[in-house]
Amino acid sequence: MAELCLGLVMLGIAAYAVLGSADFGAGLWDLTAGGDARGGRLRGMVQRSMSPVWEANHVWLIFVLVIAWTAFPVAFASVFSNLSIPLFLAAIGIIFRGAAFALRGQAATIREARVLGALFASASVLIPFCLGAVLGAIASGRVEVGNAVADPFGVWLNPTSVLAGLVGIVTGAHLAAVYLTVDSRRAGLEDLERAFRARALASGVLAGSVALAGLLVVRADAPELYAGLTSGAGLGCVLASAAAGVATLALVAGGRPAPARATAAAAVVAVVAGWAFAQRPYLLPPALTLEQAAAADATLAAVLIGIGIGLVVLVPSLVLLYRLVLRGVLDQGFEPLDQRFKPLSAADDRDPPR
Amino acid sequence: MRGELTALLAAVVDTLGGGPQPDLLEARQMQALSLGVHIPLVCFGIAFPAMFLFVEGLYLRTGDATYKALAKRWSKVALILFAVGVVTGTILSFEFGLLWPEFMATFGGVFGVAFGLEGISFFVEAIFMAIYVYGWDRLGPRAHLLCGVPIVISGFAGSFNVIAVNGWMNDPEGFDVVDGRVVDPRPFDALINTHLWHELIHMYLAGYIVAGFLVAGVYAFAWRRGRRDRYHRTGLVVALSFACLAAPVQVVIGDWAARTVADTQPVKLAAFEGLARTQAGAPFTIGGIFDEDEQRVRYGIEVPKLLSLLSEHDPDARVTGLDAVPPEDRPPVNVVRFAFQTMVGIGTGLALLGAVFVATWLRRRRLPRSAWFYRAVMAAGPLSIVALISGWITTEVGRQPWVVYGVMRTEQAVTAADGLEVGYAVLVAVYVSLAAGVLWLLRRLAGQPPQTEVSEPVAAD
Repeated sequence: MAELCLGLVMLGIAAYAVLGSADFGAGLWDLTAGGDARGGRLRGMVQRSMSPVWEANHVWLIFVLVIAWTAFPVAFASVFSNLSIPLFLAAIGIIFRGAAFALRGQAATIREARVLGALFASASVLIPFCLGAVLGAIASGRVEVGNAVADPFGVWLNPTSVLAGLVGIVTGAHLAAVYLTVDSRRAGLEDLERAFRARALASGVLAGSVALAGLLVVRADAPELYAGLTSGAGLGCVLASAAAGVATLALVAGGRPAPARATAAAAVVAVVAGWAFAQRPYLLPPALTLEQAAAADATLAAVLIGIGIGLVVLVPSLVLLYRLVLRGVLDQGFEPLDQRFKPLSAADDRDPPR
Repeated sequence: MRGELTALLAAVVDTLGGGPQPDLLEARQMQALSLGVHIPLVCFGIAFPAMFLFVEGLYLRTGDATYKALAKRWSKVALILFAVGVVTGTILSFEFGLLWPEFMATFGGVFGVAFGLEGISFFVEAIFMAIYVYGWDRLGPRAHLLCGVPIVISGFAGSFNVIAVNGWMNDPEGFDVVDGRVVDPRPFDALINTHLWHELIHMYLAGYIVAGFLVAGVYAFAWRRGRRDRYHRTGLVVALSFACLAAPVQVVIGDWAARTVADTQPVKLAAFEGLARTQAGAPFTIGGIFDEDEQRVRYGIEVPKLLSLLSEHDPDARVTGLDAVPPEDRPPVNVVRFAFQTMVGIGTGLALLGAVFVATWLRRRRLPRSAWFYRAVMAAGPLSIVALISGWITTEVGRQPWVVYGVMRTEQAVTAADGLEVGYAVLVAVYVSLAAGVLWLLRRLAGQPPQTEVSEPVAAD
């Protein structure tokens, strides 16, 4: 049962890495889009694509937290108290990212939109770095069991954590660029499709290079993790991820971004799975195995029953949302951000892009 | 009850093995601040969907675009408040781990399942909120209305699960303690506890009261400014009806809550009232200050036997006083008592206001005409938030010094990390700017004429 509960946690992390981190990546493209006039079209597309889905995407993080603290309470408490600084920074980033994004949708002047956009976009870089650093700290065996017993900075400012943070930022940017290429094509905006395709290719190459260089970092900094990633199931996942990454680049370059969404997501899921295999049987290497970390059987059973019943409601709801989104039913009218501050105004109603 | 309590006292040891824990006060303040910011937003999550669905139902029945404009406007406001609630709620879940790792490590396996279910509810709420708000004019009218129903249901389910955990902290069950270790967790016993039901209904009604009066206050302000067309009248009447129907009922639920507390947490009830000694025929004291040295309330108005009457429905009943437990096991009386009296005072006022509205509507079939009524409605929104926060202070500070009542002290639960005052200062600055930003943009939204919401003409009468 501990494995099943861990499976739920990993499902949540993978979903968050595929969906949530793409929203952060969109924030990065928003940040780097340039001045008001030049970046207005790009920002308009980011706003339009993220609006209906970012809240649901964000909830995967909550999903991970609640299952982790119920099924693996000691591990959860050790992670949060020992990594309190990056997690607090991520929390502050989460406030700014979400609130500024939602408020920018109602901004009425370019100055308001600029301030809110800068907050939203810079927080979108901070959060994946911090969360990646937390995962890096766990994977490299730096989280001890105990109440704030680790060095508060060294535990997350180390080669593997910094690497994982950068991987988090770059893969999010890559996913976002791929998704936004498809959205731009569906909206019939060729200039944006070209812009995002170029970004998808560049960030994809960068993500691949960071990952390869990262293996060397991991070999030097966390030999146990390296051994796990270069043998058995861990190696299989790494290779699968590389193959999916190459396929993504080929599809995007060949002008077929829609299937590239699936391969890009698969590349990220494979990395998450590879990490899980690489540190087996530990939850917090080298201190705590999965079996040691698991709560009592009654609790694990209750989690599986409760979440299992919940999934019966949740999965169809998610399917409905993404079906509506992917079919473009919830698409709002496109308008460059520098010309449009009310994404839900009646102007959209008169001109619904069905 | 007392024997059971002493058997449990300080029964658990720190699971993680605690070191020095320097910043208990900052940790409590940060948690309280974060809850204080989040809870008013929860009220909108509870009540606003029912309100805009009601108005959309009016639109479907009549075809009048005025109703559609109002429902659409409300749903946009709800989406902004929901987004802010999503992020402030995330902060709370982070803080559980950041501030209270010993609490989570020791009891996560007992109460955590409720949060798992809450996570699912929250997910469903976020999904249908997005479909509803972005689905205006994109989905068929009936399908659109139906997509709003899961928001209401999941909002209730979310409250149920979160309140279940709070109820459990006040009346912990569903586990055993052996040699200082928590063993044999029974998560579903923990979920369904004796404090769940009254706390849930009390909070759910509070959601309708707070959201209803705050929204009604906006339209009462417009009313006083002469904007009395159908759009503004509907906004006022719908919001006010929800709040005014809930407010008088809340008095009855509050009585139920207090009697349950008298039963399971008698020392907490004694702190509500500043009752030092256990006695029969206990008096109820209004106002005044509790003097810790003399162990009595000074400068208050004492009504003989009223406390016994209220808490046990018997004027000669015996009521437990603070002296039932040693001083280190008592909550800070003045904070709890002042919060309690504030809540009761404001709650009574809101119930009277609600009764005036309902009586006028039933007897005369019109809105009250007195300018004072509209001024009172404008004041009722902010006052209801004060009452809401006071209520949570009453129950949370009243539970002190325990985080899990009678089992784990708050000081045992806190993080050993240092430097919380930095985090506290940052958090204050963040919440202040967040509140300023949200209020600024809601005002901006309120300034847009209703006609911007729909392409069909909006009634001007």
